[in-house]
Amino acid sequence: MLKYILKRLLMALATLWVISTLTFVLMHALPNDPFTDPKLKPEVRQALRVKYGLDKPLSEQYVIYMKNLLKGDLGTSIKYPGRSVSDIIAESFPKSFALGWRALIIAVIFGMLLGIIAALNHQKTLDYLSIFIAIIGVSIPSIILGPILAYFFGVKLGWFPVTVDKSEISLFLPSLTLAMSSLATISRLMRTTTLEVLGQDYISTAKAKGLSKTQIVLKHVLRNAVMPIITILGPLFAALITGSIVVEKIFAVAGLGEYFVSTITEQDYPMIMGITIFYAALIILSILVVDIMYGFIDPRLRISGKGGE
Amino acid sequence: MKKILEVKNLEVSFDTYAGEVQAVRDVSFDLYEGETLAIVGESGSGKSVTAKSLIRLNPEPPARYKAGEILLHGENILDKKEKEMQKIRGSKIGMIFQDPMTSLNPTMTVGKQIMEALMKHQKVAKSEARKVALEMLRMVQIPNPEKRFDEYPHQFSGGMRQRVMIAIALVCNPQILIADEPTTALDVTIQAQILDLMKNLQEKIKTSIILITHDLGVVAHSAQRIIVMYGGKIVESGTTDQIFYKSRHPYTWGLLNSVPRLDIHKEDGRLDSIEGTPPDLFAPPQGCPFADRCEYAMEICRKKMPPQFETGENHHSACWLNHEFAPKVENPTQIAKKLQKEEVQMREQ
Repeated sequence: MLKYILKRLLMALATLWVISTLTFVLMHALPNDPFTDPKLKPEVRQALRVKYGLDKPLSEQYVIYMKNLLKGDLGTSIKYPGRSVSDIIAESFPKSFALGWRALIIAVIFGMLLGIIAALNHQKTLDYLSIFIAIIGVSIPSIILGPILAYFFGVKLGWFPVTVDKSEISLFLPSLTLAMSSLATISRLMRTTTLEVLGQDYISTAKAKGLSKTQIVLKHVLRNAVMPIITILGPLFAALITGSIVVEKIFAVAGLGEYFVSTITEQDYPMIMGITIFYAALIILSILVVDIMYGFIDPRLRISGKGGE
Repeated sequence: MKKILEVKNLEVSFDTYAGEVQAVRDVSFDLYEGETLAIVGESGSGKSVTAKSLIRLNPEPPARYKAGEILLHGENILDKKEKEMQKIRGSKIGMIFQDPMTSLNPTMTVGKQIMEALMKHQKVAKSEARKVALEMLRMVQIPNPEKRFDEYPHQFSGGMRQRVMIAIALVCNPQILIADEPTTALDVTIQAQILDLMKNLQEKIKTSIILITHDLGVVAHSAQRIIVMYGGKIVESGTTDQIFYKSRHPYTWGLLNSVPRLDIHKEDGRLDSIEGTPPDLFAPPQGCPFADRCEYAMEICRKKMPPQFETGENHHSACWLNHEFAPKVENPTQIAKKLQKEEVQMREQ
């Protein structure tokens, strides 16, 4: 097991290297640079380029960046002078993360619940109701859903604050908005896999033992039906954390999502590199965690240990 | 012998979009204490549906119990509520299934899967349940049971898994064991082991077995009585000897001739089969369901379902050939001919 994780981590490093190199090349392939503002005098521009090392040949810039990266130095932002990229990430990411993991939990718990209820009431009212909720969840984009939720629960009913402050409750509406489409996806997936598991022979065996429906669902269905959900959990987590730009705007959260977009249009080279590498590392890590989780849930996929494949 | 299960005029249908499938039609039989009763028939004959009805394992809907009674110690199973059925399943009637590769939960250790029924029905503590389950593993002759207890189904071979299935079905000492094609998915060498094991355990815990199969070879070794089903109906029933040597139904003759045998020489060297296909159970024929495939079919066969003619002591055949006005047709099976030849030789000596 340890050997497997080590191997995966090494592979992750290689992946990160490829991603950062690709990003570096693509970024510099763009026609402009951060200092193409026509209002800048050519001398000033040249001075800035020298200051940020952009006058050197690209290969040399690459070597310098990689050396710094190995030391853990992501450089300083061009747009926000004097602030290091790591500082900006460290300050804004927790806000995105706070939304992201709450959204993930809401999506997974309620998505699974909805899916199981739908499957157990196959082709009955509750099943159709859950399909309805899922279609709404998938088809209404967060840019519409966010304001609607904010208007009804925030302004009209006054149950939740509409902007995010330090309180826990203020995170509810943005997390729910963010979770909605993933919740719908999970519920559909859960419904399908639950129906499939319910038709398996070992469910007949469980029934023939005299177990009640609840016992069958809890002990025999859940664990077998949850595998596909686990599979999409890694990418889903990444999507929820990076995909919160719209939601962050609607609910005034100063998260990392906004930087992700703005730094690209402003060609803030160190920020683009820093955020891309950070997100890539996050996604690779979450996929690794998911792969390790498989083994815990399905004994057939256990790596090494006794008798595994 | 004491009757423990009585099935009376059972009718089971499945309501589908295409219409009603009459899977089991007017089936009646008894099960006695300690015996092995085999239900034989080809795919779609209604044998599995009949067996699953005994513990109401057919999903309802689409399954619907249209008529009849299933009496377990005089109590009608078809009147029971789901909660009451749960108390019967696994404790009074156990069941093992055809495919051991898919009948065990892949994410639960086999030990736990055996313990489950025990903890549900006998409300014993975990440690006690573990002890009994271990004893069960030993009884079904799984080597190294302490170690195997905490392993998962994928670490077991097909035959071993079927042993685990037997352990699960028998852990609460049920009075009846329903074995739905227990050896069909296994290698021939393993089949015999599993059948022997079932026989041994039956003697030990005095359970009655209902053995569902399409393999007459399996039946010959294990069953005392045989029910032959076709098109949702019982076409013949009797003791194993009666069915094998004195059958009075053309379908049974066909089945017997289809068994490949090494000891009976055939000129053309081909295996026999029954021509045609089973009847459509959406609209079952009003006469004998086998009439269309039967080489002896008469006019009446297509018009009227034959009654159960008594063709021997406790031997019933639903075939018009047994009517007193019917032409006399001898049992043409090779096995019966061989027997007659032997009898003649015996007399000559």
